[in-house]
Amino acid sequence: MSAPTATARRSRTRWFALGAVAVAGAAFVAISVSGIGDNLVYYWGPKELRAAGDKAVGATIRLGGQVAPGSIKPGDGVSNLEFDVTDGTALVHVVATGVPPQLFRDRIGVVVEGTMTRGGTFEGHRLLVSHDNKYRAPADKNVDIKTLMRSTAGLEER
Amino acid sequence: MIATLGRTLILLALLSASAGSLVGFVAGRARSAVGSLWARRLAYAFAAFMLLSNLTMEYALLTHDFSVGYVAHVGSRSVPTWVTIVSLWSSLEGSILFWGLVMGAFVAAATWLTRNRFPEYMPYAIGVWLACGAFFSFLLAGPAQPFATIASPAADGPGPNALLQNHYLMAIHPPFLYSGYVGMTIPFGLACAALLVGRLGNDFIRPLRNFLLVPWIFLTCAIVLGGWWAYEVLGWGGYWAWDPVENASFLPWLAATAALHSAILVERKGVLKGWTVTLVIATYLLTILGTFMTRSGVFNSVHSFTQSAIGPTILIFLAAALVLSTALLSLRLDALAREGELEGGLSRDTMFLVQNLLLVLFTFTVLLGTVFPLVVEAAQGVQMSVGRPYFDRMSVPIGVALLFVMGVGPALPWGRATRDQLGRALLPPLGTAAVLLLLGFALGARNGWTLLTLFFGGFTAQVTLGEMFRPIGQRMRAHGEGLIEAFRQSQSRGSRRFGAYVVHAGAMMVIISIAVSSTNQQSKEVQLTRGESASLGAYTLTFAGADRVVEPHRESVRARLDIQRGGRELGTLYPRMTYYESQREPIGTPAVQSSLGEDLYLSVHNIDDQAGTVGLLILINPMVGWIWIATAVMALGGLVALLPIRRPAPAVARAPAAVAAIEGGS
Repeated sequence: MSAPTATARRSRTRWFALGAVAVAGAAFVAISVSGIGDNLVYYWGPKELRAAGDKAVGATIRLGGQVAPGSIKPGDGVSNLEFDVTDGTALVHVVATGVPPQLFRDRIGVVVEGTMTRGGTFEGHRLLVSHDNKYRAPADKNVDIKTLMRSTAGLEER
Repeated sequence: MIATLGRTLILLALLSASAGSLVGFVAGRARSAVGSLWARRLAYAFAAFMLLSNLTMEYALLTHDFSVGYVAHVGSRSVPTWVTIVSLWSSLEGSILFWGLVMGAFVAAATWLTRNRFPEYMPYAIGVWLACGAFFSFLLAGPAQPFATIASPAADGPGPNALLQNHYLMAIHPPFLYSGYVGMTIPFGLACAALLVGRLGNDFIRPLRNFLLVPWIFLTCAIVLGGWWAYEVLGWGGYWAWDPVENASFLPWLAATAALHSAILVERKGVLKGWTVTLVIATYLLTILGTFMTRSGVFNSVHSFTQSAIGPTILIFLAAALVLSTALLSLRLDALAREGELEGGLSRDTMFLVQNLLLVLFTFTVLLGTVFPLVVEAAQGVQMSVGRPYFDRMSVPIGVALLFVMGVGPALPWGRATRDQLGRALLPPLGTAAVLLLLGFALGARNGWTLLTLFFGGFTAQVTLGEMFRPIGQRMRAHGEGLIEAFRQSQSRGSRRFGAYVVHAGAMMVIISIAVSSTNQQSKEVQLTRGESASLGAYTLTFAGADRVVEPHRESVRARLDIQRGGRELGTLYPRMTYYESQREPIGTPAVQSSLGEDLYLSVHNIDDQAGTVGLLILINPMVGWIWIATAVMALGGLVALLPIRRPAPAVARAPAAVAAIEGGS
């Protein structure tokens, strides 16, 4: 094959390849970004959850706060565990499935993963208790949910 | 006393690294043999001081010298000796110190192995390695000083983080991870040297590839050991959760895997030199990003044991490394001219490109999902994370596509193939593909992606095994050699190629096991009182009661569960809750009954030995055990690929063209 033809073919192939890669890349970025938007997990305390209103319904939320004293209703041990989560200002009623962790009790820091229902009840499917014995729900400001998250073990989910 | 000695050793390491780095760059520029010699000497000195400072810390730990800051932080008289020894990497300062040791070992080994070779490149490479070494020595000398002096030492300490004491895998996983991470410094230095010299020929791509392969093997093992640890310890029943810190180890692995493959094209075709160098540099930058993510505590992660003020320092180093490498790349990339052409069309060449593209997309996806919450929090102050469905949705198609390329690529010939060749290459493996698909369906797999994975997996299996053993058959026919002689001969000539296919076989097994275990899991949560039974699948569990086990440094409450499968007694499992002195909250430890087909996995959520109740998560995880086995296969393949190849020139001339072509291939 003579040199000019080879060069022409090479440059055509290269442009074609670059174009294909650019299109594929753009499509991929679009899919990724929309994928992220659909799968965000919000870290909220009761106050922020209340403030989010309808946005919270159906969204994946990690609700952090303190178990309100005297609010625990054990259910049957595997499901329908009910309790209230508070940050000192707002209160969210939680109905959780699953076996509760060992130290679950009044006033302990918890993180519940689940979603908000239209009825205003939080539906939890994973319940974690704080490992940090220093954690207390602050009375006047937002829950520092990040600190709370760090102090729970086994945050991973199936 | 010990603390002062340790601080002095670290300062000496910092001094040798900084001096050696300067000497290296000057010697590279001046092409001075004497300068090069001194750069090497300073590299050895850096390694020696790192070794000595680590020994000093181990001595302080073992003698329980609580006047040393780090010992006061993690030491305890009541923990077993093995825990005391591995305490070196159980918390931030010690782990950076250990990091320095690993770095010293890698730098010294790489310097020694290249001492008489590549005189043009090596001073620069040593300069880059020691610059990185100087940064970590600086961390140890300042922000993460492990040898701080405690004025009035306590009589005893709290011991290391309870999660780390809880399982022996914590003694193994970090050294592998650090070797994988730190080892990437070596190819990074070589890639920078290639850019500075302005040439990347076949003589230099081989050491670059080998020095990339070594940390790649470590990183592969480390990622899976981490998953294994999560599986055996954390008790949520899985091995991978797309946690930011897990992603931190996976990102450089992806980039390094891409670089290992594009290096083959550099060697064979003389193309993609700049691309390969870019991938190697990206790998290193991703390890530094990973270090930042794990060490700074910016993420909500079970792994962020070690939060401290070193985050900003690492971020500055990352930024500097990024700016300098980008500058170097943009100034010198053109110097790495290609010497050949890639074939288009349906060829192995194209499949290499597709593979590289897929791995880069994979890296991008994981990176995006990992850093997105950080960006949002920095910009809007909103705390969130990217949920697991995003990662699953994106990675499953890419993983399946990679499996497809892993099967089709090696089946295709280099260069343009005729229609006839394509048919012969691609049609026969469809048989095994169909068999595996039907087998999976018969055993109960219904998920579409899983079935597709099995189909491509079967295809890949036949191609991989075929390619692995083809040279042996050809030698037997061409030379009339016996099976063993042919295997030995083709091994000594084509160990790289053979090793690569062993790695492929392992990777294929890993992908299949992940697909099956993640889509065919059965689970159940139960609350049992003594004497009660629960069943899941073919298993029946009877709660026989709970008891206490007291050890010097901890106390456990165990549940005894008698296991039956299909009426047959399988023995007793003891999932437990362990209380450590340093922590109010107990740590649950699951019990796993493994077999080749599936694992029965029991995790305690709560347990009361007085009342005789237990709250359990029961899981049946199919094929999880295969992931650990397949990873060992991958590591073994990597080691085989590192074996030196015998390249006797006359032998190639003597052999028929076909054998030579195959043995040269990879």
